[in-house]
Parts: sequence; structure tokens; C-alpha cells
Amino acid sequence: MKISYAWLRDYLQLDIPADELAEKIERTAVEVDGVIRPSEGLKKVVVGHVLECVEHPDSDHLHICQVDVGEEEPIQIVCGAPNVAAGEMVIVALPNSWIGGHTKIKRSKMRGVVSNGMLCALDELGFDEKLVPKEVADGIFILPADATPGEPVFSYLGMDDEIIDMSVTPNRGDMLSMNGTAHELAAIYDQTPKMPTVALTEDANDLADDALTVTVEADEHDVPTYKMRLIKNVTIKPSPLWLQIRIWNAGMRPINNVVDATNYILMQYGQPLHAFDYDKLSAGHVNVRLAKAGEKLTTLDDEERDLLPTDLVICSDDQPICLAGTMGGLATEVTNETTTIALESAVFDAVRVRKTAHNHGLHSEASMRYERGIDHSATQTALDAAAAMIAELGDGTVATGTVAGREETIAPVVVDITLSRINHVLGTDLTMDTVADIFRRLDFPTTINEDTLTVTIPARRWDIHIPADLIEEVARLYGYDNLPSTLPTGQPTIGKLNETQQLIRDTRKLMESAGLTQAISYSLTTPAKAQAFELHASEVTKLDFPMSSERSALRLNLISGLLDDLAYNNARKEQDVALYETGRVFFSQPEQVRPHEVEHLAGAITGSMVPAEWGIAAQPIDFYQIKGIVAGYLKSLALADPITYVASADHPEMHPGRTADIYVGDRLVGFVGQVHPNTTKAYKIRETYVFELDLAALIALPKERQQYQPISKFPSITRDVAMLINDDITNAQVVDLITDKGGAHLRSVKLFDVYNGKHVPAGKKSLAYTLTYQDQNATLVDDDVTAAFDKVLKALTTEFDAEIR
Amino acid sequence: MSLQDRLTELRDQGLADIKSADVLNKVNQIKVDLLGKKGPITEVLRGMRDLTPEERPKVGAYANEIRDHLQNAIDHRRSELEEAAVNAQLAAEKLDVTLPGRTVPQGQPHVITQIITELEDLFIGMGYEIEDGDEVEEDYYNFERLNLPKDHPARDMQDTFYITKEVLLRTQTSADQPRALESHDFSKGPLKVLTPGRVYRRDTDDATHSHQFHQIEGLVVDKHITMADLKGTLTLVANTLFGDQFDVRLRPSYFPFTEPSVEADVTCFNCNGKGCAVCKQTGWIEVLGAGMVHPRVLEMSGIDPEVYGGFAFGLGPDRFAMLKYGVDDIRNFYLNDVRFLSQFYKKG
Ligand SMILES: [Zn+2]
Repeated sequence: MKISYAWLRDYLQLDIPADELAEKIERTAVEVDGVIRPSEGLKKVVVGHVLECVEHPDSDHLHICQVDVGEEEPIQIVCGAPNVAAGEMVIVALPNSWIGGHTKIKRSKMRGVVSNGMLCALDELGFDEKLVPKEVADGIFILPADATPGEPVFSYLGMDDEIIDMSVTPNRGDMLSMNGTAHELAAIYDQTPKMPTVALTEDANDLADDALTVTVEADEHDVPTYKMRLIKNVTIKPSPLWLQIRIWNAGMRPINNVVDATNYILMQYGQPLHAFDYDKLSAGHVNVRLAKAGEKLTTLDDEERDLLPTDLVICSDDQPICLAGTMGGLATEVTNETTTIALESAVFDAVRVRKTAHNHGLHSEASMRYERGIDHSATQTALDAAAAMIAELGDGTVATGTVAGREETIAPVVVDITLSRINHVLGTDLTMDTVADIFRRLDFPTTINEDTLTVTIPARRWDIHIPADLIEEVARLYGYDNLPSTLPTGQPTIGKLNETQQLIRDTRKLMESAGLTQAISYSLTTPAKAQAFELHASEVTKLDFPMSSERSALRLNLISGLLDDLAYNNARKEQDVALYETGRVFFSQPEQVRPHEVEHLAGAITGSMVPAEWGIAAQPIDFYQIKGIVAGYLKSLALADPITYVASADHPEMHPGRTADIYVGDRLVGFVGQVHPNTTKAYKIRETYVFELDLAALIALPKERQQYQPISKFPSITRDVAMLINDDITNAQVVDLITDKGGAHLRSVKLFDVYNGKHVPAGKKSLAYTLTYQDQNATLVDDDVTAAFDKVLKALTTEFDAEIR
Repeated sequence: MSLQDRLTELRDQGLADIKSADVLNKVNQIKVDLLGKKGPITEVLRGMRDLTPEERPKVGAYANEIRDHLQNAIDHRRSELEEAAVNAQLAAEKLDVTLPGRTVPQGQPHVITQIITELEDLFIGMGYEIEDGDEVEEDYYNFERLNLPKDHPARDMQDTFYITKEVLLRTQTSADQPRALESHDFSKGPLKVLTPGRVYRRDTDDATHSHQFHQIEGLVVDKHITMADLKGTLTLVANTLFGDQFDVRLRPSYFPFTEPSVEADVTCFNCNGKGCAVCKQTGWIEVLGAGMVHPRVLEMSGIDPEVYGGFAFGLGPDRFAMLKYGVDDIRNFYLNDVRFLSQFYKKG
């Protein structure tokens, strides 16, 4: 809502700077987007009187004008506007003046003729093209004949005004009007606003009832009030300049006297009005009802619209002629030929209008106000004021009486509140006088009985129903700056992270110290990516109306998102990327309306974690490095059950020979490995290694009870074994066998070499382990160790056909 | 030549040799040659049996004196040479300490996480619990229970991704608050929760809009919670995030789930309130929305608004990060460009 400071001064005595006023409004009522000064940046733009206007000898459209700009001699200006003529008062941009769009005007020559400036149209002064009246859009603007040459033009065009652009919250629909804003400012500055009065003269010989009938079929909830007046013998013409100024400074385009009058009253009272061309109504009758399926209406913007059964429509001869509260129909539009106006002032249900505006994409000044609610007590006054104004501006007469299809009775809202409640909620010690004074300033009639205030709420403040609403009025008018600043007291509470939250935080720290940086990717992705890299099969959860297929499904894995991130980096020449993410994945549940949200942890690494440095070559990421990161992390969780890695070729997006499923006990908790070359190709990324873990499961799994183990005082003995063994026997198998056959004192088995290069026969590999023996309670005897070690060697030979070297 | 003279000669020769020995081996050899069992001093001592009993002790004492003298000279020379050897080695081992150290891979938290963690810690210190809540919520909890019935105009402010007619991606983390209110046992004390997390809006991604972003919302409900308490809490949040040299102002606003509702602005840190592009010339930056919990919200959760009351507030870490670090495009937070992520390597 754009509020003209000049217009506000009709109501209130305000002489503070506009910025100060705006700040006050912002701190007390609604947000202010800014203060607009239409003349800002413009200089040396003055009134000119065209004394002489002749055609340019070398041009078919230019004119050479001699213009009085209040100096001793007239100046010569060449002008191309078709409507320039001698005798007119015009807008002159003098040499070295500044006009709209930060444009400087200089003395120039046009086809050989000197031009000492420019005659201007409104848009050249920076007017938004949408606000320029259509009849003056194609030429220069003609000022009133009584303008004084040489004076700055701004005061003639309302450009010296200051316009406060308010961003009105949905609850403060009352401030979408000058009257409402005036009441608000009156409360803030403790003034009595001078409200507009209506001087309506009705034509006693002409009864509106005789020519017009109105019925309302729609129910009382949808249309509580519907009234009309008739204005006859109206001449349609442009509005006087003062009205045009108010209209364009309010951010609307002046159209003609009738439309401008309805818009002016809309701005003033916040009451939407609609003017019909009475002669286009059938039999002088209108009816308000819900639209029927299949009905159509061509609206003022020349769009044919398929009406919905939820749309309220005004009908004539049972044909829709207007979308109630939203937009009129083309067929009954007021045109230059119109002489009789049927003027509507009504209340339509906010939800109805909201739906209609939404469904048809028609958001107008009227619909915006109906949606937020309007002052139900103002329908008649606004109707009278508009009728009087149209009659005056169009030289017409107003028929006697209002034709009401329906009229509601307005019950006053009365709210009781105690002073102690107000102070209890605000944390203040306000006195009864202070609070009563605030309600007086708001012009809310109040009676006081001991601690209780009984407050009658005027209909113009329909947002107030309950004591909390009144507390807000007190708080904002008392001033939030004046509130004390404290912290909650009362019973103390212990604040801490729960186990899950703490473990997720720890997880992040561990990942970061392992060299991975936290990513936050999008949860919404394509259905294909959502379902890739799946740990557990699930239907994908899809949006009902996605904005794009790229963001249409909820992820079931984190890897896909990380690969998108890697692709973004690779495309920007960042080749070494190590990212991790913790976050939700969404498993659909057949019996539940909502998916099951599970916390996952994933990592993706491409390139080298340790880049090439002086004296050291880069170490490209490989399976064993990422496995080491995962293993280190899992170790930190101290899980009670053993962790095993099982080769898996079951993940279609993963390398079938370089992927391991990870089990804790017999529970599958994740996988680690290389991304399938086809997948990396599709993502346009380089060789990449990833892991995905079911973090929620890891958090829930039983943890090892930590207990101190005494450190043995007795020396340990080691034995090394190297063997040639078939390629398809895994390290895990060998370690399991050694552990199984190692005897009571075998403490650890550590792999120290794997070799399958030169000197190793095809199909074989060489493995080497260190076995450490130790007795907790005695010094081991060498022969005992040798005996135990020989058993292991024998088992390896018989079970795996190993060749001990 | 007397034995004494012989000893003196040996001493002088020995001292000269020790002095000129330039490597440790030579010193060792001198020691063996001079003081060893087959050395000249031992030989001189053997010649003592030819001396008179009166002379013997004198010569013996003199011989011991010279032996000690030479021994000391050898030890001294040895330590001199050892020290020189160490110094030579140290000199040879000298490095250019300005060459870069070896990289130990080190990741870092996302800037949004840094902000959330900072605020979580602040509120944990004030006795708040952290609630995570679900990202997929029912319309009922996300809207209706927060006093936003269907067709409420304020719903226009939050375009929503729906999965079904009744299930949606939460548009605000306060969607979890009705559940928290329902399940809290007020006989055990006040409810104080902070709900950080991801939220979603049906917005086209551009520099200032993202269909996914973060929110941190707080809720306190007890028998006597005041708007002054809210003001104090919001001031603390603003000071924690931006520093306490800035002013905080509250101004009226509207949220369906609070009444009164306010927005909190902090003095523009970029221009100190003078007006600049960051604050759109206003001198203030909007950082928080808040208010006193609407009685309807309490009622719907089965809490008597005559007895209990409280405050709620919400803020956006994405917006904070943009303001605080001058990030000009919100999409940066979700594209995970390492050149972006790595810039926020420390808090503050
Ligand atoms: Zn600023």
C-alpha cells in the first residue's frame, strides 16, 4: 500500500520528515519498504508556455517551439510530439537538466535547428509506464492553463509528494486504506483524525428501486452485504488532475472519472467497488450466486475464463457478468458511451475471493482487500461517497435510495482484559492510566471496573477478537523499545544433546579429521537418483506437483547427491574432492501416510586426499584408503558385534569387484567401494570411491562395554609366515584360519605384505603375516610357540594348498 | 736424562700431539700410544725400580701428575672434537623451514552447520533441549496446529511441496512444536526446545530463493513467560551472531501462531546503521521472527492458555550466513563447491 504523505495531511497535522514517519510506522504498525520521492534525482524541469509552434523545415514530424520558461527571452525547443501546440503549458527540461532514468539533457541541434532543452512526457520524468494515463501516453503532458512558467513542475504533478510504501501484514487489512492508516497514525501521535464527510445529493424524482433490482442467491456467509446505487446522465471523461495525481501516486493508472472515483474511494475507505454500465444489464436486474460448471466469462482483460463452482459471480439474465470481488466482465464495462452507472458495494467472503483470485491468477487491489477482510461497517458510506463523487465528476445525478440485495447487522465485538494479565504477559508494570490512554488513542471505547478493562472494538479493526490481540495493541503503542529485557526465570532445566545428537556431532568431527568436508546436498532429486545406491529396497516417495523432474523425489541415499556435488566440482576443474554428508533418507512405508526418515552417513572421494607436493607424488584415492576411513570410524563407535566386509556385486551402480557390504554381526549397515565406471561416466566424474552407512542403525546397535585389560608383564614372541596361495582365497579366509588354529596364546595376526607381481606364478599370490604370541601369566617357551606356529602352517597347507616360503 | 726430564719431555710431546689431533680417532690413538700398558709412561715407571727408595715416591707422584694432565688434555680435546662433529652434522642437516609442511587431510563443517552448532550450544547453555523433528510432516501439524487453517491467507507466504493432500515437506521446523507441546510433562518443569533443521518451500531456485533451506525455531512454555523474556532472548541471539556492539529493535509483525508477533532487526553491521546496499538503506537488518505463543496453539495442544504461556521465535541460518559473510547467492550452500566450502575454515 502506497500512502501519500500529502493525502495523509488531509487527516492529520503531521510535519515530521517522511523518513521519521516511516520509521515510526515500522516500529509501531507495519513494515515499510521505503519512502518514494518521485522528484528525486530530477533537476531544472520547469513549466513552459508554448508561445509559438511551427513545423521544422527539414522534418515531417518535428516542430520548432518558442517557449516561455519565465526568463526574459523565450527559448527555442525542437519537439517531435504530435500534440504540441501554441498556447499550451508544457513540461520543459532545461539545458543541463536531469530527467528520469538519470538522463541529462543538453543543448543540441536537431536537423540543423538549435534546441535548448526538451518538452517532456510523463514517462520521461520517470513515471512507470503502467501509471501513465493512456490518453497522454503518446505525447507530451499538458499542464493546467494556470501554471506559472518557470516554476518547477513537480508540485503540478504531485511529484513533490513523499510516498510511504507499506508492506501490510495479512492481519492489518485495515491499513490498506487511507482512513485506516489515519486512525493508526492518530493513535500513534495522539491526534483526532479529520475523517472525510460525505455530501450526497439524491435526485428526489428518481428512485433507484424503480430501475434496479438486486437478488442474492449466495448464502449469507459468502455474501453478507450486497448493495447498489444508480448514477444517471454521467459523462465519461478524464478525471481532474488532482484526482489523477492521487491515483497515480497510489500506484494505479488513471482511466476515467468513473473508474478513478471508485479507485479513489477504494483507497480512502478500503472498500472495493465495481461500476457496471447499467444499460448493459438485462432488465435492470442482477443476481449474486455461485458459478455453475461449464459457465464462461470474458473478464475486463479480454480473457475468456472457465468458471468454477467455487467462484462467486454477479449475473444478469442468469449470465455471469462479473467475478465477485476479483474482476469485472468485459460486456458490462463502463465505456465512453456509458451514461448510467450501477455501482456495487459489497462484502464477499475472504476465502471465496482468495480461491477465485488464486484459481484464475487474478490478484487485484479489490481481491487483496477482500482476502484480508474489509470494514463491514463502511459499505454504505463508501457507496454514498463514490456515488456523490461520480455524479460530481461526471455531471450526473444520483437516484434516490440504495438497492440492497442483502445487508448484515454488525454486532460489536467486546473484549474483556485485566491489567494484571497485560503486565503478566508483557513483563511490565504498566498502570491502568497508561493502558486506558492507549485504548483512548486507538479510539476503542473502554470501561474500567477494578482490574478489568471492557473494550469495544470498532468494526474497522476486525483483526481484534481476543485478549492477546489487545495485548499486542498495548505492546506496540507502548513501544517495544520500552519493554524491559529479561531472560526466562522459573524452574531450571538441563539442556543437553541426546545420545543420537551427540553421536551425529561426533561423527561429523571424525569425518572431518579423516579429511572429508561436510556437504549439504538437496534432499529432492530425480526418482532414478533417489533410488540408486540403495541399501534397503523401498518405493520412492514422490512429490504431488513437483516444479521440475530434477527435484521430484525424496532421496533414499546420500551418495547420489554427493556425486552431483563431485560433478559440479569436476566441471570446475576441482579434481581432488572429499565430501561427506549426514542427513535423512526417506523409506516409504506401505501402511503409513509418512515415509520413515532414517539418518544416513555417506562419503565420496575422487582424486587424491593428499595432493602432489614438493618431493611427494599425489596418492590417488583407492579402495583401501576409503575402507580405512570407514574402518577407523566404525572402530570409534566401539560396536559390540564384529564388523565384517563381504564382497558384493549386488549394487548396480558400484564396481562389482571392488565393493564390500558392511555387516555388524549379521546386520547389513552399509557398503563401501568404487563407483561403477558406467555410473561415473553418466555423472561426468572421474574415478570415485564412496561409502554409505545406516547411521541410525549404528547409533542403535549395542556398544562394547569398555573395560580395562591389564597389560601383560611377559614378553611376546613373533613368527612370520609368507605363503604362495591361490588368488581366490581372501585375506579374511586366511586370517580366520590362522585365528582358528593359532592356539590359546595367539594375540594378533597382522598382514604385512601382499604381492602378485614378478616371480609369482599366474593364479597365485604371495601373502605374508606376522603372528604375535603372548601369555598373560607366564613367559612363553619357544618350543611351545613353534609347536603352535607349525599347526597353523600345516592347516594353511592342507586347507588352502598354500606353499609356505 | 733423568726420569723426571723424560717424563717432562713425554708430557710436552704428548700435549703437542693432542693439540694437533684433528679427528677423534687420532685422539684415541694418542691415548693408547701414550697412556697404554705398552706406552712410554708405563715404560718410565718400569725404570723406577732402578731408583733409590727416596727418589721413587717423588718420581711416582710426578708420573701420576703427568698421566692425569695428559688424560685431562685428551678428554678435553675429545669433547672439543665431538662437539665440532655434532655442529658439523647439524650444519649439514639445515633445512629451509619456510618450505611448506606436509598436508594432513583435514575436512571442515559446512558453514550452515557452524551457525546451527553455535546457536545450539548457546541454547543448551540456557537449558533448552534440541528436537530434530521429521522433514515430512502432516499438513495438520505443519499448518493447522499452528493456527493456519486451510485457506488462511498466510498460507500464501509459504508455498508448499505436497506429497499427498495431507502430507507435505515441512515449511517450518516449528511443525514439530505441537508434538513437543503434546508430549511435554509440565509437572516436570517448563518446555524449552530448539528445533533446527531443513525446511522446504515451493520456490524456484535463484540467488535469493532456495527450495531447500534451514530454520532454527525456539519455543518456551511455562507458567510465567513474558514478552520481556522474549526480548532478552532475541537480543542474546543477535549479539551472539553479530556481536554485542549492535542495537536490536523489535517491531510489530504477523504470524498466525503468535500474538503479539514481532520481527527483530539488528543494526546493519556493514554500515553501522547509516544505510547501505546490504540493509537496503534502512540501517537495519531483519534477522528474526517471534512472538508470544497464540492461545489457540496452546489450546489445540491441550494446554490451558489461562495458566500457561510462552514465546516462540524463528530464524534462518542460510540468511544469517549470507548476511554475515556477504554470500550473494543462496545456491552456494547446496552446490558444495569446495572452493566455497573451504572458505569457512573457522568460526566467527
Ligand atoms: Zn547497511
